Amino acid sequence: MDMTLNSLGRKVPLELPGVGSFAPYKSPFAMLGQPGAFAGTQMQLRRPAPARSKVIENIEKAVELSGLKDGMTISFHHHLRNGDAVIPMVLDILRKMGFKGLTLAPSSIPDAHDCIADYIRSGLINRLYTSGVRGELGKLLSGGELEIPVVIRSHGGRARAIEEGSISIDVAFLAAPACDPLGNITGSTGPSACGSLGYAITDAGYARNVVAITDNLVEYPLNPRISIPQYLVDSIVCVQSLGDPKKIATGAARITRNPVDLKIAKDSFRLMKASGILEPGFSFQMGVGGASLAVAKYLGEYMKGKGLRGSFGLGGVGGYMAGMLEEGLFDAVFDVQSFDSTVTSSMQENPKHIEIDASWYASPFNAGCIVNNLDCVILAALEVDTDFNVNVLTGHDGVLRGASGGHQDTAAGAKLSIVVAPSFRGGVPSIKDKVTTVTTPGETVDAIVTERGICINPRREDLLESALKSGLPVADITALKKEVEKLTGIPRPAEFNYDKVAAVVEYRDGTLIDTVYCRK
Amino acid sequence: MKLCRSMLYIPGDSPGMIQHAPVFGADSILLDLEDAVALTEKDAARKMVACYLQDYDFKDLIVTVRVNGADTEFFDYDLKEIIPCSPAAIRIPKCNGPADVLAADKKIEEIEKANSIPVGKVKIHAMIETAVGVENAFFIASACPRVQALTLGGQDLTADMGVQKTKEGWELFYARSRVVVAARAACVDVYDTVWADISDKEGLLKECRSIVGLGFTGKAAIHPDQIETIHQAFMPDEKEFRKAIRIMEAAENAKKEGKGVISVDGKMVDAPVVARARHLLELADLYGFERSGS
Amino acid sequence: MGILILLKTASAGTLESSDCLVTVSPAEKLKLEYKGANSEVFAERTMALVENVSKRYSLSGAEISIQDQGALEITIKARLETALMRAVKGVTKE
Repeated sequence: MDMTLNSLGRKVPLELPGVGSFAPYKSPFAMLGQPGAFAGTQMQLRRPAPARSKVIENIEKAVELSGLKDGMTISFHHHLRNGDAVIPMVLDILRKMGFKGLTLAPSSIPDAHDCIADYIRSGLINRLYTSGVRGELGKLLSGGELEIPVVIRSHGGRARAIEEGSISIDVAFLAAPACDPLGNITGSTGPSACGSLGYAITDAGYARNVVAITDNLVEYPLNPRISIPQYLVDSIVCVQSLGDPKKIATGAARITRNPVDLKIAKDSFRLMKASGILEPGFSFQMGVGGASLAVAKYLGEYMKGKGLRGSFGLGGVGGYMAGMLEEGLFDAVFDVQSFDSTVTSSMQENPKHIEIDASWYASPFNAGCIVNNLDCVILAALEVDTDFNVNVLTGHDGVLRGASGGHQDTAAGAKLSIVVAPSFRGGVPSIKDKVTTVTTPGETVDAIVTERGICINPRREDLLESALKSGLPVADITALKKEVEKLTGIPRPAEFNYDKVAAVVEYRDGTLIDTVYCRK
Repeated sequence: MKLCRSMLYIPGDSPGMIQHAPVFGADSILLDLEDAVALTEKDAARKMVACYLQDYDFKDLIVTVRVNGADTEFFDYDLKEIIPCSPAAIRIPKCNGPADVLAADKKIEEIEKANSIPVGKVKIHAMIETAVGVENAFFIASACPRVQALTLGGQDLTADMGVQKTKEGWELFYARSRVVVAARAACVDVYDTVWADISDKEGLLKECRSIVGLGFTGKAAIHPDQIETIHQAFMPDEKEFRKAIRIMEAAENAKKEGKGVISVDGKMVDAPVVARARHLLELADLYGFERSGS
Repeated sequence: MGILILLKTASAGTLESSDCLVTVSPAEKLKLEYKGANSEVFAERTMALVENVSKRYSLSGAEISIQDQGALEITIKARLETALMRAVKGVTKE
């Protein structure tokens, strides 16, 4: 494989056999700032005879009608999270029907779907495009069991890839919590309601064939909310259940009580205050748990105390954010993925809770995605390094166990990008000289907040000045790294077989930011 | 010693908590070898605390260690292993009279000398946990220069008194007042006992406010969640703070002009009031009060 | 200081998060079995730690097993030393 060094000093392939050619990462905005439109994928036209119902008897029939052949690309969304039963159901049927060598291109893979590892072993799937990879599947890929390397993309990157044609979806199997007989779909109602269908909307717009799978066929027309319109849907299959509602729309994540996470959250909030972004009309995206969610507690208290009103919240939306909208702390919330039942209700009942698709959320190659308007984002990390690069994909052992998600997109777009991480986790330092895998480049990370100090990116002199003026516990990241290593000892870097590539990590603009090798 | 409003108890046998000690936001910590540690693990806790004292950087945190009582088989081993590690202070349970303190003082001095530690460096916090202890509080507090604080052990004291420990705390009112007065008379610090109900933050705040009013200089915390509430209770009132600034200014002016009498707002102000004002301003600095622009 | 010779098998520590369970047994030479999530990433560090403690105590030999639940070095050292002390004591309690 021909490799080259990108601007971060990481070796990346120029060409992935079986996938295509890539350019090496240069800088967060190297591909942006050029006016005018350029060619992408055309929308897929159809010519069906008019009908009053698209419901067909089963998935096998839908697959036949779709014209799916070996080697083609199929996609799913991951809005049903760990409660999803659709992906295993469809893959099992495809296996029984004898398909081989398909490209699987879901928006991401829920933790629960270790079964995908089996489908790779059986030969049903021989190519994988995803945002995240964990558990058994992560171990399988890091062990080199998939011939063709996985391409890992951010949410914005995947939307861009679909729109430009790098991902060409032949059949999209879309779980539809509420669907009418002509294929108007929404996710906010039904026994398997999941809230926003942000990623699915993108797939529906560009796939050659769209199969809606529903456990809740409603009378025509679905109303009032339609997330995916009927003219994009080819066939509909009714099944008993899309999955486990308790795991689809879980209870809202509670604010952590872990003192280390709370300290990190408090200091992150103080940094937000010091930076001057907490003005009327500011916009915010919080994380999903731990310290990255707990920041919202301090922010909410402050906003209520000062009567401060934000313009919009964004996410990955959880119950806490929905609550802030309810309390009038934000004018609107833009939701590309909903995390719990509170959010599903909010979307149903509150018109200011707005569903957005993946491209609207984060694609860098449209007329302006929403992350560009974000004032502040709080992001988690598995590892960081002294150049402020962030790893959310691989563990200390180099095994794939994370997801790119909206990390690169929000970090690039937000005025203030704060990464939170405990200085050590499970006895292993979080700060390295070089992260095992770069997901988000340090150029887009303004600060890394740990419980032992706030590290400000030297590129942000203004932020450093503000932080020092406010008396915040600013720390030098290299000094902090050494301080922690005194306590933990120096970890052995992960060992790889540099002859075999497990995955490549695309930056949101399509360039390659890093390579994940197979484990030795 | 710097101002110590809160003292977080951490079991000596809990590395998971000790390793995050500076994160909790307390002014000081008590690494406990006594009640928090099972009899079979006394050696393990002692070793854990000694290792952390030697190798871990606690930064600005004041670290104290509660050793087992002098009436136990562990007392001597505790002193022998912990004193050489130079904690800021060791807390001695159940001090009934000055003899208890003096006996400990002697043992500590021997160990300090044997380890080239300046004699008197490791302080004693004497726990008052019995009726006799309360009666002897002043003598305990002034027994020797090494005594830096009195601490109240409410649980054991109420047991010794044969009374119920309640949230209202009237059963401890006399003991608290007595111990505070004794501590002040002996010019040492004084810490109040723990508030056991972690979920009742309002009750904790109420108790803290009243013990701050009595004159306690600090309070024990058994959970990191309690620290914020404790610090809130110790925060000076804005009005009091402004008045303290005026008092200090008046005192300084009087000194400059060679006047013996200090007058603030038309009232005469004497030395103890000035001393209190000074202490209040120190406390205010801790909270980041702005001195300029009243 | 004389040579430390272990008299029996002894353990110290727990399987709680951030702690480790150390078990030591008498043996001719020094042998380490290091288990847990960090067994690869901290293999060298832990061996060095054990050798260090062993040298300091002039340990004649021991079979040492460490089940690491994400402990810091200070914690591992403390548990190891406690286990060694327990392995040379005549009774289980001090």
